Amino acid sequence: MRIVVLVKHVPDATADRTFDPADNTTDRAGVDGLLCELDEYAIEEALKLAEDRDADVTVLTMGPEQASDALRKALQMGAHDGVHLLDSALHGSDAPATSLVIARALERIGSYDLVLTGMASTDGGMSVVPAMLAERLGLPHIGFVGELSLADGTVRGRRDGDSASETIEAALPAVVSVTDQINEPRYPSFKGIMAAKKKPVETWSLADLGVEPAQVGLSAAWSAVESFTERPARGQGEVVTDDGDAGRRLADFLAQRKFV
Amino acid sequence: MAEVLVHVDHVDGAVRKTTAELLTIARRYGEPSAVYLGKGYDSAREALARFGAAKVYLVEAPELDQYLVSPHAEALAQVARATQPAAVLIASNPEGREIAARLAVKLDSGLITDAVDVAEGFVTTQSVFAGNYTVQARVTKGTPVITVKANSVAPEPVQTTPVEERFDVAFPDTALQARVVERANRERTGRPDLSEAAIVVSGGRGTGGDFGPVEQLADALGAAVGASRAAVDSGWYPHAYQVGQTGKTVSPQLYVACGISGAIQHKAGMQTSKTVVAVNKDAEAPIFAMVDFGVVGDLRSVLPQAAEEIARRKG
Ligand SMILES: Cc1cc2nc3c(=O)[nH]c(=O)nc-3n(C[C@H](O)[C@H](O)[C@H](O)COP(=O)(O)OP(=O)(O)OC[C@H]3O[C@@H](n4cnc5c(N)ncnc54)[C@H](O)[C@@H]3O)c2cc1C
Ligand SMILES: Nc1ncnc2c1ncn2[C@@H]1O[C@H](COP(=O)(O)O)[C@@H](O)[C@H]1O
Repeated sequence: MRIVVLVKHVPDATADRTFDPADNTTDRAGVDGLLCELDEYAIEEALKLAEDRDADVTVLTMGPEQASDALRKALQMGAHDGVHLLDSALHGSDAPATSLVIARALERIGSYDLVLTGMASTDGGMSVVPAMLAERLGLPHIGFVGELSLADGTVRGRRDGDSASETIEAALPAVVSVTDQINEPRYPSFKGIMAAKKKPVETWSLADLGVEPAQVGLSAAWSAVESFTERPARGQGEVVTDDGDAGRRLADFLAQRKFV
Repeated sequence: MAEVLVHVDHVDGAVRKTTAELLTIARRYGEPSAVYLGKGYDSAREALARFGAAKVYLVEAPELDQYLVSPHAEALAQVARATQPAAVLIASNPEGREIAARLAVKLDSGLITDAVDVAEGFVTTQSVFAGNYTVQARVTKGTPVITVKANSVAPEPVQTTPVEERFDVAFPDTALQARVVERANRERTGRPDLSEAAIVVSGGRGTGGDFGPVEQLADALGAAVGASRAAVDSGWYPHAYQVGQTGKTVSPQLYVACGISGAIQHKAGMQTSKTVVAVNKDAEAPIFAMVDFGVVGDLRSVLPQAAEEIARRKG
């Protein structure tokens, strides 16, 4: 069996993330990037599933040159091989285009049983690519899964939604996005880091996937950022040190602001 | 005037507050039409009429409850194809985003998620990068599909008598693949819903596991209770109450962080709160950098005193 894990390379959230003023896209050059931390849970889950059965774990990313770092980290954690979707025409692609390209790549991989993804990318953070992908491929999708099991060609997941906790079943192949509740991602071991150097990574262009450049990228995006403004830093308000009556002073503040 | 479709967010007919907000937005830019999917419409009718729905499209197929997300997207797509609306508005929660994602692909339309405001021409405002930037965006292809965060606008009541239209939907097999085999509705706490509440009081590791003082202040203020991931991971409060990147994003009028340090993943879930208050015994805690009012002190004494003072003032 083959499990494909989708991993994204994202700007480090602890750095000052910003936009490229030239075209209002996320600045991916000025800020250090890394493997989206929410995708580590998907990698970990795939590795755990693969340990219990005869399965290969393929990691797939779509992104610029430096996105190969995200693949490398996943290979160091233990994934078997990688696919990098790389093409200069992809710059500025939105979620519909991203899902289209990844769908074509999965078709090219062909024999896969399960596609695991993170619950959201930490830059765009839309949580829509997995559902779009499932829609395009006509596959079932179980989103926001906090507990997962596989048996007899069926995937079963627990999804903790807003108003209910649900158990969902679907036949394989399926797309499943997992939350940070599902496991504790491992760190790459020294052995893993050495082994990753020899693991195969294929790079596919749009031509390899039969996708026209005009279908993707900024000019084909189905939505456009018209402007962005940096939010003024929240000025620090009054901070008092408790000397016995800070609770009352807090109540005063809340009353002043009409919350009481 | 073109219709603007509003996907009704409800639990067995109990309509959530966000739907009233979406109807309010829809009315500004078109004819507000509610799309009600699933059972329980009889209990929902009054709420939709009170917030100005001009029309209600009603789809009552059992598949909507038996399968996840997909049938909702399919039903919404069929209503949208029949009505050619100016836009489709959906609540920005996990399920809403997934419905929107599938709908956008079905309609070959652009999609914007997590709008905090919608202006003329369906130009949206979003808050991105942990609230550090505000972005104006617009769908440029097809029917704008927009998910809107709770508390983005104040719902304005307008009494109507909606025209009700039953809609029959034939579901393709691909929409019926992710089967719900078990569903446990969450118990109501009697407190407001976390993602919709006007006031949220949250507790973190600093509670030491006792959420009593946090709940006491929350109840004095009529607030919802939230928790940091550290508190949730310690098993002190259920995951459904986690605020942050991997929990709920809230934007209440007032957010009170108690015994929470203010990690970036926590801030990601509350940075758009209008007023922020923190109680923390460490004066260096990063949360203080974003407060309107802060108390350096022990939450175990500060919160009960504040709760008592509030109760006294309320009389
Ligand atoms: C992938 C990922 C996703 C995450 N998602 C989330 C998320 O969604 N939400 C989230 O919250 N976190 C999230 N985190 C975790 C986040 O990084 C922090 O670890 C977490 O927010 C810390 O919680 P805390 O502030 O309660 O605990 P701490 O950082 O330990 O802070 C506790 C605070 O309590 C104060 N304190 C202690 N005792 C008292 C007292 N008696 N009175 C007053 N103050 C006291 C201390 O001074 C301290 O500032 C995520 C992390 C990762 C890696
Ligand atoms: N460019 C990409 N390359 C690979 N995987 C992606 C990409 N974009 C999104 N994903 C996957 O889809 C998930 C949700 O992403 P998003 O819809 O952007 O929040 C991520 O956690 C990834 O697993």
